[in-house]
Amino acid sequence: MSLFPRIEKKTGGWQLFLMTVMGRSYPRVVGMQRERSWMFFDVFLPLLSVAAYVFVYRAIGAPEDYVGFVVVGGAMTAFWMNVLWSMSSQLYWEKEQGNLALYIISPAPMMAILLGMAVGGLFATLLRAIAIIAVGSLIFNVTYAVSSFWQLIAVFSLSMVALYGLGMMSASIFLLLSREAWHLANLAMEPVYLVSGMYFPVKNLGFWAAAAASVIPLTLGLDAMRQLVFASGPTLGFLSVETEIGILIILSIVFVTAARYLLAYVERLAVREGRLTENRR
Amino acid sequence: MKGILMQKSVNLRSFLTASWLGWQIESNWTDPFLFATYSIIKPVAGAAILVLMYSIVTQGNFESPVFAYLYLGNAFYQYVPAVLTGVSWTIIEDREHYRTLKYIYTAPVNIPFYLFGRAVAKFIVGTFGVVITIAAGVLFLNVPLDWSQVNWPLFLLTLVLGIIMLAVSGLILAGITLKTARHSYYIGDVVAGGLFLFTGAIFPLEVLPVWLRPVGYLLPITYWLELIRRSLVGAVAEAFPTFTTLSNGDLLLILAASSLAFGIASIFIFRSCDHQARERGLIDQTTNY
Repeated sequence: MSLFPRIEKKTGGWQLFLMTVMGRSYPRVVGMQRERSWMFFDVFLPLLSVAAYVFVYRAIGAPEDYVGFVVVGGAMTAFWMNVLWSMSSQLYWEKEQGNLALYIISPAPMMAILLGMAVGGLFATLLRAIAIIAVGSLIFNVTYAVSSFWQLIAVFSLSMVALYGLGMMSASIFLLLSREAWHLANLAMEPVYLVSGMYFPVKNLGFWAAAAASVIPLTLGLDAMRQLVFASGPTLGFLSVETEIGILIILSIVFVTAARYLLAYVERLAVREGRLTENRR
Repeated sequence: MKGILMQKSVNLRSFLTASWLGWQIESNWTDPFLFATYSIIKPVAGAAILVLMYSIVTQGNFESPVFAYLYLGNAFYQYVPAVLTGVSWTIIEDREHYRTLKYIYTAPVNIPFYLFGRAVAKFIVGTFGVVITIAAGVLFLNVPLDWSQVNWPLFLLTLVLGIIMLAVSGLILAGITLKTARHSYYIGDVVAGGLFLFTGAIFPLEVLPVWLRPVGYLLPITYWLELIRRSLVGAVAEAFPTFTTLSNGDLLLILAASSLAFGIASIFIFRSCDHQARERGLIDQTTNY
């Protein structure tokens, strides 16, 4: 029996919204698991970076908790990669392949399409991130000392809402871009790993730099998670976990709301300027 | 004789035209200022991650030889993904994005030389990154690089040999790419990511578990990076135990021999993959992953 029942009658409103979310998340959850090589590389590639940075820390005699910082940071890079390549630049790819016009002419709301991409991408990436943490922790003997499971779940959930909200917001901006989209997405990798403290405590950037970097939800999310799961985490944290949770709540609301309005505005602009089907190679 | 000269002319023309084309594709998506910024930010950010990691743990002890080791290794390693991806990604770009690979195949072009030419742009951008990274290291981080002490003949010979070795390695990847679909990962980046771990680019091979070290000893990039370091900061580089028993001449010989082996292998592998791709009709496939 098919997962999606045959559409017998016209739907609209919330029902259509939910069906669209499910329909767009389906290829992310199911389709991505069908390409086995992607599953392998999604886990293997971040692990290679993790291993390289772990060995750097070992070469310079860093405390063992830093190895754990790298493993957790490496797992979180999977989410950033997903947001960057499968959220932000997705509408650009869809335009390249000719699907974007089909989205626009269908009755499905674009916000639901983006939400479907986010939900599906989040779920698929979560499986990979868990694999990275499990394998990395086993290989490098990482020990965790979780101080509060509830806070950990709250921090992770809020980080993901804010991060994918940011992805939905930037997707609408990428809708206007052409060839430069690929370059800009490519540019947002190492610099973001740097400012969000993927491989070291963000506190070491200095207060103002770390504060500016906190616009990227991963910065505070990662910092709070490290404080909650490592024994030395609280001493190396940037702000208190409670403060970081508060800021993440604000970021989540701002990014998701901004995504909604920005998408509507950019879609109108793209239609007016004829950019939905443009293909400047 | 005339035939050989004509073939040389085709090879050179393929290389030069592809270099120009590659540069246009690489740079003309934006204005020169933004392009220069883009070319600088990425490598500097990559180096800054390592610098911060090092600085946090050692309290900013940039005088230590370990810092020069990892900083220079990381700076020159930028050439590895640049050249490997430059050569191999051209197949996907031309086949699936621009859909011109079949026309290239039907033109009087030497395909390997065309692919090498297309990598020149990424090599140039990579060179920007290497120069900027090293300049930042010397100016702000006390990387002990004394220009009067640099062994320039060894440096230039090693650099050229290394780039050729990377280009022929890229040709092997290009051959494999001819037979594979477009994936979300670039084969060049995947391989470069793997080699980063095993070639002692940012930490001495002794840090790796004993059973993993032989992988590093088998790779020419390991010897290339060691020679680059020795030519730039001789005394510092020789302080590390990995290759203390080998002289610069020994390392150069190993690098030349392994590059030659990779070169010969790349010709056979590329020819075989190219033949299979033609046989299966893959030259103009569009996988749309």
